[in-house]
Amino acid sequence: MIESIAQQPILAALIAMVGLGVLFGALLGYAAEKFKVEGDPIVEQIDELLPQTQCGQCGFPGCKPYAESIASGDAINKCPPGGQSTINAIANLLDVPAPELDAEHGEEADLRTVAYIREDECIGCTKCIQACPVDAILGAAKLMHTVIAGECTGCDLCVEPCPVDCIDMLPLTEGLKQWHWPAPQNQLDIIASDRSGHEAPSNEGRAA
Amino acid sequence: MRSTWVTPGGVHPPENKHQSLTMPIGSLPIPEKLLVPLSQHIGAPAKACVKVGAKVLKGQKIAEATGAVSVPMHAPTSGTVTAIEDRPIAHSSGMSAPCIEITSDGKDTWIDHKGVADFEHASPQALTKTIADAGIAGMGGAGFPSAIKLSPGHRRPINTLIINATECEPYITADDSAIRERAAEIITGIGILSHILGNPVNILIGIEDNKPEAIAALEPHVADTGISVVSFPTKYPSGGEKQLIYILTGKELPSGQLPADAGMVCINIGTTYAIKRAVVNGEPLISRVTTMTGNACGINRNYETLIGTPVSHMLAHSEFNEHACSRLVMGGPMMGFSLTSAEVPIVKTTNCILAPSYSEIPDDEPAQACIRCGMCAEACPASLLPQQLFWYSQAEDHDRLEAHNLFDCIECGACSYVCPSNIPLVQYYRHSKGEILKAREEKVKSDHARERFEFHQQRMEQAEKDKEAKRAARREAAEKAKATVAANAGTAKEGTGPAPGSAADIIAAAQARAAAKQVSPEEQQAKFERSIAGAEMRVQMATDKLVETNAKQTEDQKNILNAALEGAKQKLEQAQARLAEHVKKHSEQVK
Repeated sequence: MIESIAQQPILAALIAMVGLGVLFGALLGYAAEKFKVEGDPIVEQIDELLPQTQCGQCGFPGCKPYAESIASGDAINKCPPGGQSTINAIANLLDVPAPELDAEHGEEADLRTVAYIREDECIGCTKCIQACPVDAILGAAKLMHTVIAGECTGCDLCVEPCPVDCIDMLPLTEGLKQWHWPAPQNQLDIIASDRSGHEAPSNEGRAA
Repeated sequence: MRSTWVTPGGVHPPENKHQSLTMPIGSLPIPEKLLVPLSQHIGAPAKACVKVGAKVLKGQKIAEATGAVSVPMHAPTSGTVTAIEDRPIAHSSGMSAPCIEITSDGKDTWIDHKGVADFEHASPQALTKTIADAGIAGMGGAGFPSAIKLSPGHRRPINTLIINATECEPYITADDSAIRERAAEIITGIGILSHILGNPVNILIGIEDNKPEAIAALEPHVADTGISVVSFPTKYPSGGEKQLIYILTGKELPSGQLPADAGMVCINIGTTYAIKRAVVNGEPLISRVTTMTGNACGINRNYETLIGTPVSHMLAHSEFNEHACSRLVMGGPMMGFSLTSAEVPIVKTTNCILAPSYSEIPDDEPAQACIRCGMCAEACPASLLPQQLFWYSQAEDHDRLEAHNLFDCIECGACSYVCPSNIPLVQYYRHSKGEILKAREEKVKSDHARERFEFHQQRMEQAEKDKEAKRAARREAAEKAKATVAANAGTAKEGTGPAPGSAADIIAAAQARAAAKQVSPEEQQAKFERSIAGAEMRVQMATDKLVETNAKQTEDQKNILNAALEGAKQKLEQAQARLAEHVKKHSEQVK
C-alpha cells in the first residue's frame, strides 16, 4: 500500500484530494438540506421591531408588508407610531444610518391613543368593524358597537369610515402604574451660583 | 457571638440619628381629616367597602384586598367617611391616587376587637389569615404584603427567619426607638412568625452596631428563645434584603431569586411589632412609628403616627420652619423621595419624614462629566459597574443594560453619594428600568396585536376563498344544466320527440311555437296596413266625387255618393280596428 503510494505520488494525491472533495461536498449538501432556513429571517426580525399598530401610515397594508418592503430596500423612516426609537432599532439591526422620521407619513404622537365609540350615537353600520385590522371592535349590524380598549392599537382606521362620526381617538392617560422616573435633566445652569437656593428655578424632575 | 460576613462596597454617610432619639416615641393629636390611600403596598390596590357619609369606628375595615397580592385598609380613627376620590399621595411622581378621607369625630372609639393570646395553639393558616386581614404590609419601605411571605407553598422548607433591624439609612430611628421601648412585644411578634413558619432552626435579628441601646433592650428578652441578636459593623446599605442575608449567613442570593428560594424569610422588625398587635391584641395596622427629623424642625423625635395623617399635621406639631427647609423628603436622604406637597398622608411604609435645612441637604450640585474614577464601582453593594450602566443608560442601550444586570441594582444611592462629578446615577438607572419595563410591556402588546392582525388576515382570506368557492359551484351547476339541455335538443333532432314531462323539453317546444308565430303577425300587420291604405284611397275618391258633384248634380246622385262615402269610411274604420287589435296582441306576445 505504502509502496504503491510512494511509487505513484501524483495519483495518490489526486485520489486523496478527490476523495476529500466528495466527502466535504456530501457533508455540505447534507447540512444545506438539514439546516435549511425557512423564509427570510430578516423580515421577521424587522417585523418584531415594528409597533404592530397596523395603521397603514407607511403606505403598506400592515406592519408585515412594510417589513418585507424594508427588507427589499425601502426607507426605514415611514413608521410614525414607532417613532425615532423604532427607526433607531431597525437602523441598528440593518447596520445603516438612522434617518429622521419622514414627515410625509405623519408625526410621532406623544401619547398613545385608543378608539372610543360614543355608543348613544352609533347606528350599528359595522363599517368600523370591517376597517379594524385587529378585530378590536365588537358589535353587529343595527346593534351598538364598542371598542375593546385593551386590543385597540390606536391605528385610527375606524374613524374615517364612520358615517356618523361617533368615534373619538382618546389619549391614554398616564396613571401611577404607567409612570416611571423621568430621565435626569441636562442642567444648563452649570454654575452653582446661577441657581439661588431659595427659589431654585427649573428644579422639578430632580428628586432627592 | 456569631460570625458575620462583609458585603462588597458600601458607604459611610453621616448618621444623624442622635437628633431624633433624645425623646421617647411621642403621639400626635388626632388630625381633623385623615387620608387613607387605597394603594400603600406592592400589588393590587384595595377596593373601598364603605360609602361616603358612612360612620366608621377605629380599626373598622374600609377597603378590601383585591386579588392575591393585596392588603385591606382600616379606619385609623372613628369618624365619618367624607370623600372617596383621587388625592395627591406620597409618590415620587407627585400624582394622585384613590384615597378614602375620614373626618375624625375626636372620640377615637375602637371597633370590637380581640386577639388570641395563646397563639401557640392556633394554626399557622389562621394566624396568616389574621395577619392578612390586619392589612400588614412590609414596613421597612417596600410594602410587600407580609402574609404572602408567610404563606405555605415554599419550594423549600424555611430554615432561617431573619428579622431586619438594620435601619442603615441616615436620620431614620423608627425601628431603633421601637426596639428600645417595645422589645418584649417585638419578641412576641417574632415568636408568632416562628410558629407560623414551623419553628425555623435559625432566627436571627440583624442589627447594626450603632444601636447599642436597642441591642441591650433586646438581649434580656431573647434569652432561652433560640433567637440570636447579631450585630455587625455599621455600613450603608446593610439593610438591603440580599445584603443582610449575606452579612448574616454568608449566602449570596442569585439574581432574580427570593429569600424563600434559599429557605429564608426576611421581615422588618417594625412589621413584627404590627404582627404582634394584630394577633395578640386583634388590632389591624392603623398606625406606625415614623421619625420626624431634620434641622428645619424644632422637635426631632419619633411619633406613633396614624396611617393617613397628613405630613403637614406632623410638621405643625414639630415646630416646622418652612423657610429654613430645603425640601421635604419621605424616607431617608439616600433612598427617599422629595414630596411635592405637604398634604400627602403618612402610609404604611413611611418610616421617616425628613425636613432638612439648606445646609444639611443643599440643592444638587450640577452634574459634571464622568471622569472614570471608578469610585462608584467600589461603592456598589451589588458589585455592579455603575459607570458602565451610566453610559448605556445615556445611550438607551437596553440590551447592554440588562446584560450588565441593571435589575440587580437596589437603588441604594451609594454610587451617587460617592460620585465626585455629582452625577445623579441612580436617577439614570431608575429611568432606564422604567423604560425597559415599558418596552417589555409594549412588546407583549405588539406581539398580541400582530397575532390578532394575522388572524384577521387569515379570516378575511378564508372568507374570500369561501365566496369564490360558492361562486364556482354555482357556475358549475349552470353549465351542467346547459349541457343537459343541449343533450336533450340533440336527441329531439334524432326524431324520438320530446319526452313528456321534461321541463327543458316543454320550454324548447314553447320556444319553437313562439318562433313559428313570430312570422305571421308581421305579415298580418302588413296585410292590414294594405287594406287600410286601400280603404283610405276609396274614402278619398268618394269625397272628391262628392265635392265635384255637389255644385251641379241632383239630390239623388248626391245621396248615392254620400252612401258610398259612408260605406268606404266604415270599411276604413273596420280595417283600422283590426290592425289596432293585432298590434296589441302582437306586442303582448312579444312581451
